[in-house]
Amino acid sequence: MNNANQIKDAFAKGKTFIPFITCGDPDLETTKKIVRSMAANGADLIELGIPFSDPTAEGPVIQGANLRALNGGVTTDKIFNMVRELREDACAPLELPMLFMTYANVVFSYDAEKFIRTCSEIGINGLILPDLPFEEKGEFEDICQKYGVALISLIAPTSANRAAMIARKAQGFIYIVSSLGVTGVRNEISTGISSLVKLVRENTSVPCAVGFGISTPAQAAAMAEITDGIIVGSAIIKLIEKYGRDSAAPVGEYVKSMKDAILNI
Amino acid sequence: MSNSKGRFGVHGGQYIPETLMNAVIELEEAYNHYKDDPGFNQELTTLFNEYAGRPSRLYYAEKMTRDLNGPKFYLKREDLNHTGSHKINNVLGQALLAKKMGKTRLIAETGAGQHGVATATAAALLGMECVVFMGEEDTIRQALNVYRMRLLGSQVIPVKTGTATLKDAVSEAMREWTSRIDDTHYCLGSVMGPHPFPTIVRDFQSVISREIKQQVMEKEGRLPDVVMACVGGGSNAMGTFYHFIEDKDVELIGCEAAGRGIDTFETAATISTGRLGIFHGMKSYFCQDKYGQIAPVYSISAGLDYPGIGPEHAWLHDTGRAKYVPVTDDEAVDAFEYLSRTEGIIPAIESAHAIAHAMKIAPTYSKEQIIVITISGRGDKDCASIARYRGEDIHE
Repeated sequence: MNNANQIKDAFAKGKTFIPFITCGDPDLETTKKIVRSMAANGADLIELGIPFSDPTAEGPVIQGANLRALNGGVTTDKIFNMVRELREDACAPLELPMLFMTYANVVFSYDAEKFIRTCSEIGINGLILPDLPFEEKGEFEDICQKYGVALISLIAPTSANRAAMIARKAQGFIYIVSSLGVTGVRNEISTGISSLVKLVRENTSVPCAVGFGISTPAQAAAMAEITDGIIVGSAIIKLIEKYGRDSAAPVGEYVKSMKDAILNI
Repeated sequence: MSNSKGRFGVHGGQYIPETLMNAVIELEEAYNHYKDDPGFNQELTTLFNEYAGRPSRLYYAEKMTRDLNGPKFYLKREDLNHTGSHKINNVLGQALLAKKMGKTRLIAETGAGQHGVATATAAALLGMECVVFMGEEDTIRQALNVYRMRLLGSQVIPVKTGTATLKDAVSEAMREWTSRIDDTHYCLGSVMGPHPFPTIVRDFQSVISREIKQQVMEKEGRLPDVVMACVGGGSNAMGTFYHFIEDKDVELIGCEAAGRGIDTFETAATISTGRLGIFHGMKSYFCQDKYGQIAPVYSISAGLDYPGIGPEHAWLHDTGRAKYVPVTDDEAVDAFEYLSRTEGIIPAIESAHAIAHAMKIAPTYSKEQIIVITISGRGDKDCASIARYRGEDIHE
């Protein structure tokens, strides 16, 4: 089975909404409920964070989620089990494509081949590693190809002359980092995105989604005008921080408002 | 791995967010240009000699030699440099390079505060803005250095995340660099992080071994049998080893901080207790759990309290060219007091780790043999915390 193809299918349906949550924040039972609620409310693809002790690409909000999850005792194996349970649920198996977002060391120290093979087995469609730039992809990319898991490439506002090279080798979709800095809610999002998207389109047919800083339906709508998808993390994590184990309903409501905003674009 | 740069065996590389890639590429290009530029080197040498007080002394520790009744001990006195440690060597090089690149702002991480003070100093001298990230825990352990940095015109930002020590300061400095690249150079303080930092820092610190070689030849007419230094990230050790790597008869020994012991969780001895991983931009050895979560390390020495080691050290370990040994808090504090009493030299608690191991191995060497120990910094900054360790409360 090639899990990576399902990502393409998700983008084929129109503007794609991709919510991010950190697994195990505040616990894995809640994570499962939130995932189902997001799926029921219009998420097209779900990005699941495997927490890391030192998430250097994250702002304070997602750093907090990583810390809460690890303090709660979550591990890579427990997260694999959770995904397996969602996929194999006898009554309502979850079919939505899902990606893991984590740091290179989490994959490397588990044994990259074992990690990626397990991803494939439990139905994870792609992998995002923010500390793995183009030049270092090699050691993970071959394994990802072997098991049909898409290794997602990131392009940043500073990529400049690198964007075309990255786009040409991209798989699944391209994650466009909207602005400089770490993850987190922003009032204003950089304006250079359309030229970046144009450059990507000239070099690949792989779709692109924008993340970093997006939190409101208005921002999502504006971004959806120029890209194929929207990624939102910190705004959702803030809801989870506030509602804890009762997050499924408010997160679902939020996902619906964001999906509605980009639906007819 | 064909595209990967800056490898030392399997170690090194550039594991950083895409946002920073062009910044490190630009840095590499600038460095490759200036490292062979006579004008740049002349300027740097002048700063080294006239401002930092180089060359630092190679001091024959006669009393220590007599007392330990083993080999002849020489101390490479990096503690006598301006700002009190070896950190100034790297900082003057990087700050000058950053200035040539048109950067106007330096950011840095610091553990004990030595690198932060050195960076603040260079920023003051070269008229650059400076922001130093320091674990909150360390701002308490090293309050005097926090004051020095502020006095020099730098902003000090206490980092409260994670274990609030050196690794968290590095993470926060990396985050800051991601958000402001145009005018800012990240002045990394050790032979670690993404390429080209391990190479740049090693080259600027290699002045230590270049001088040792010349000085020991003048005094003894031959190379030493052992050169040794303490290792956290490993910059003073890399500088101490570098020009001896090809001299296979010279033993290279790095002394890691074992904290309360390598059989406890309160340790920072990476080679002894860590395993291969990817963190802070590099592949190397790290203290971590089975899932790759970075371990909350511990050492009495804020400067060695780091869960990783530079990639070139990891490689020197793999090839067996250098040996890395753990030294506990207790042993380091004993050595701190020993060198103070015996030679009238108060070493940094970091450097005391190397003295401690030298004391341990002295009986296994003969009188004709020569051991050079690098005293990476001065110990004034540690007096309050060592007093506290001995149950005495003094106010700075």
